[in-house]
Amino acid sequence: MTHFNPGRIPALMAVVALSAGLAGQAAAQQTLRIGALATLEGPFAVPGQDGMRGVELAVKERGGEIAGRKIEIIKASSNGNPDTAVAAARKLVEQDKVELLIGPLSGSEGIAVKNYAKSQPHVTFVNGSSAAQETTMVDPAPNFFRFSTDGAQWQYGLGDYAYNVKGYKRVVSVAEDYSFPYSLLQGFMVEFCRAGGKVVDKHWVPLGTKDYSSVIARLPDDIDAIYVALGGSDAVNFFSQYEQAGGDKPLIAGSITIDQSVLGYKGKRRDALLGTPSAGPIADNYDDPAWKAFVQAYRDTFKDGLPSPSLFAHAYYVNTKALLDGLDAAGGDLSDNHAKLRQQLSTMTVKTPTGDVRLDENRNAIANIFLTEVARNDDGSFYNKFVKVVPNVNQYLGMTRDEFMKMGVGTRTNPECK
Amino acid sequence: MAAINGAWPAAGRQARARTVNGKTIAARLLLAAVAAVVLVAAAIALAGNPRLFGLTVLNGLTLAALYFLVASGFTLVFGLMRVVNLAHGSLFLLGGYVGYAVGDASGSWFLALACGFAAAALAGLVLQAGVFRFMEGQDLRQTLVSIGLSIVLADIFLWIWGGEAYQFDPPQWLYGTVPLPLVGKYSGFRLVVLGTAIVIGVGLWLFLNRTRIGMMIRAGVDDKRMLAASGVDVQRVFAATFAIGAGLAGFAGVMGGTALSIAPGEDVRYLLASLVVVIVGGMGSITGAAIGALLIGLAETFGLAYVPTYGVVFTFLIMVAVLAFRPQGLMGGRT
Amino acid sequence: MSAVRWRRAMATQPGAAAAAAGGHAAWRAAGQQAAARTVSPRAASAWAWRLVVLAVLLVYPAVASPFFTFQIGGQSLVLGIIALSLALLGGYGGMVTLSQMTVAGVAGYALAIFGGNASAAHSLGWPWWLAIAMALLLAVLAAVIIGALAVRTEGIYTIMITLAIGVAFFYLVQQNQEVFNGFQGLHRILPPQVFGVDWRAPVPFYYLALACAAAAYCAVAYVVRTPFGMALQGIRENPRRMRALGFNVNAHRIAAHALAGLLAGVGGILLVWYNAQISPGSVGTTSLINILIIAVIGGMRHPAGPFLGALLFVLLQNFAIDLVDRERFNLVIGAVFLLILAVSPDGLLGIGRRLARMAHPAARRSS
Repeated sequence: MTHFNPGRIPALMAVVALSAGLAGQAAAQQTLRIGALATLEGPFAVPGQDGMRGVELAVKERGGEIAGRKIEIIKASSNGNPDTAVAAARKLVEQDKVELLIGPLSGSEGIAVKNYAKSQPHVTFVNGSSAAQETTMVDPAPNFFRFSTDGAQWQYGLGDYAYNVKGYKRVVSVAEDYSFPYSLLQGFMVEFCRAGGKVVDKHWVPLGTKDYSSVIARLPDDIDAIYVALGGSDAVNFFSQYEQAGGDKPLIAGSITIDQSVLGYKGKRRDALLGTPSAGPIADNYDDPAWKAFVQAYRDTFKDGLPSPSLFAHAYYVNTKALLDGLDAAGGDLSDNHAKLRQQLSTMTVKTPTGDVRLDENRNAIANIFLTEVARNDDGSFYNKFVKVVPNVNQYLGMTRDEFMKMGVGTRTNPECK
Repeated sequence: MAAINGAWPAAGRQARARTVNGKTIAARLLLAAVAAVVLVAAAIALAGNPRLFGLTVLNGLTLAALYFLVASGFTLVFGLMRVVNLAHGSLFLLGGYVGYAVGDASGSWFLALACGFAAAALAGLVLQAGVFRFMEGQDLRQTLVSIGLSIVLADIFLWIWGGEAYQFDPPQWLYGTVPLPLVGKYSGFRLVVLGTAIVIGVGLWLFLNRTRIGMMIRAGVDDKRMLAASGVDVQRVFAATFAIGAGLAGFAGVMGGTALSIAPGEDVRYLLASLVVVIVGGMGSITGAAIGALLIGLAETFGLAYVPTYGVVFTFLIMVAVLAFRPQGLMGGRT
Repeated sequence: MSAVRWRRAMATQPGAAAAAAGGHAAWRAAGQQAAARTVSPRAASAWAWRLVVLAVLLVYPAVASPFFTFQIGGQSLVLGIIALSLALLGGYGGMVTLSQMTVAGVAGYALAIFGGNASAAHSLGWPWWLAIAMALLLAVLAAVIIGALAVRTEGIYTIMITLAIGVAFFYLVQQNQEVFNGFQGLHRILPPQVFGVDWRAPVPFYYLALACAAAAYCAVAYVVRTPFGMALQGIRENPRRMRALGFNVNAHRIAAHALAGLLAGVGGILLVWYNAQISPGSVGTTSLINILIIAVIGGMRHPAGPFLGALLFVLLQNFAIDLVDRERFNLVIGAVFLLILAVSPDGLLGIGRRLARMAHPAARRSS
């Protein structure tokens, strides 16, 4: 046996860590501590960074203070994993003592953070860009507010456009096999099927698949278009492999498939992408003064940002702005578990670069959705050209609450219209 | 020396070969049964939709080619030097990123290919001479260090090149679609990958078995001291081997980046694929890597085409099955 | 660091080396020596230190904030238990496996499914004690299966194979919706309200984790000194010789896997209560490798090592964003890992030991 007891080290380290923690708590009470949670690690770092830019922009517009209190943004990072997201949220709330929390970025993180929010009634949680339907539709938390839209909402209007304007009657879908693409496809199919279109086959590809050759081999010839809901580098892979395999059918893109963070990929621009219709919470060249001012402010403030704000920057911006507007309207009163603030948030109308936003009874946004098509800039880069606004889309996708609950949230096999 | 050393195990091997006991018979029956099931399933698939079947076979072969390219470097380094380099995926990425940077700046895809190889080979040289050489014989430590390196490298790549996907721009004559019988149009580049893998596989085999350096490498693995005693600089031989193995990974990075794409996370994916290929095929055997890659590539593509939900688990099931019967892999020798 | 020193550093009890060298009799004698050594004055002071540490750990929640108690203290203890199972297999058994987190994940998912979670379609709603028993049983079963597959391999092969098995399990739970709820995972898995205490509140959870960690620590410390543990270390040193001596090497190894599986199962249950959820990400490649990092950083030579490593890991994970750019967290943890591997094969414990030896050159006994 040894003389030195290695067990001493944990005790020493604990003391060091503890004193650091105590020191942190002694920060001034006058500043308003707001936590911002996004995926800053790993491959989702690009959307995460853009989300943070959205937060910073909203805070900057307020001059860095609200209702007489200086705003302090404390950043935390997750990596897409729900466990990490909750741990980061817990650190923000319990260690950094934030009074408000904005985030997270991805859908499954959102559900996890919502569940955490239920255990922290003294903190108000506002969404980042997480867009899973269940976050607000199934077992919502009274202190979780989402001023951005969910995945199914993002696709609303696209089905009608694809059927009636583009003339696509028969479609197959290629999407990743998890809940977010299920909701994207549902948003598309609700209108598409109602209009008479058929989704003859759904190809659910396991997450992390890079080689789509087998899926492409299965695509039938007697279809009009392919609905693609893949994200990030998977989308890039799919485009190039589809082209390599000689595919020539037009595509319909889910919002994540042609978001700026994807269109900005490094490599040859594929002309086959031009004209691809999609729908989502933003349109890069929307000819509206509020939107143009937002894009200009983004470009001026962030020299190292993307060519145009992505939907992540937009979502985080809208949520932060709504939070700050609500604080202003409540006069900065955070007493009684933020009762006044929450009342304001639930009932107010927020003016955003993409139109007015209100919340429904589940505290989910009712907002405008944009139909877009991919187009080319003068400098050769791609962007999403504005086509049309679909106003005031709610979570029930044009149905009544009962009708929607009967249909249920999107799953692998819901809805169907073969 | 070799004769004396060889006599004992040779006698044992002979003795073992002579006993065909119940266990071997059962194993062979099971193998025959599995083969029969696979053949029947293939026949049904072929009859049902010949074009899809043909396409899937081609896709499997080309994916296997890509996996072989990546795994060949891994099995070379391991089989010959007993170094489990779990930073192999990082070398793949390094080759891809550097290749992209060079290709983007110079406009030549072939230059990108060459630089990808060179960059990874250089990195491999540094790894062998600067890190692994000091840990010879300590397998576990080498493995752990390579894990740590892969984590650090992955983050550095993310820092430098960001989270976006990178795609290469090869010359058009490599990239177009090719008309083929039965399947119609097929991606020309995938066929290029297949061809390249065959060429490299044959080349490696020739290098190892028909050249002097290859003989030295094989001798050095069997008995390092003997090789050193016969006047060969063993360290230099090993460094050369590592460089080749790493260079192959970088080369595969550019090829893979062109066929698919280069992005963070690819390193883990290709490392896992290499691991499975090498485990199934047998470590240290180029032929084994080829067979393993074929099995895994075909399994993955057929799985994705016909049973997409659980197809991903197939490759691992195959690996587990192989391990249950032949822990050293299909072509692996005694370690 | 030479190969010989590395190998010696990775060894634990001198009895193990003796066993490899001398066979049954010498091994039993070594065991008796080890037993006799406990009453020496040096060992007495070691016990005193243990009591001090125990006291600090018991008193910790009284001085630390709830966040520190729960997220730092509780999480370190839980991850430490899982890493301890790896240290048992790797440090004492010579089989470094990357599937301990997988086994913990099996226990976690089993608890979520048999016990209850937010999704009624995925819950069986069994009574809590039955669900826990089932979870532990399934974890041990999984460990035995993995052990049986890996036992025919050695050294680095084991790492590769267990990593691949772990990834297979990850894909299984990610792809399957009916049982595991796929990518989203299962939520709201809470400990039962026993004795009227909410065991997920920071302080009760900390004490629960501490009790389990202490039990795991004692179990490992005890087992490695039993004949079984000695045989295991002998197998680590020289399996061929142990086989020649008549030990059933494979059976010993699988039994070690089973024991480690039990520890990992306990850790997995605590982890799922800590997170209140489980998803494929919990058993993904990163999580698997994190446990290895923790065990190596802390030191696999002594049962206290993994807990030390877990504490450092958790502190880095939580506070790296305040010191260094959080984006570079992986870089930091990887660099720390490499540094420790380069400097000390025995992790932080080894560094501590060497510092102690430098401080007290008189006590230069090799053990």
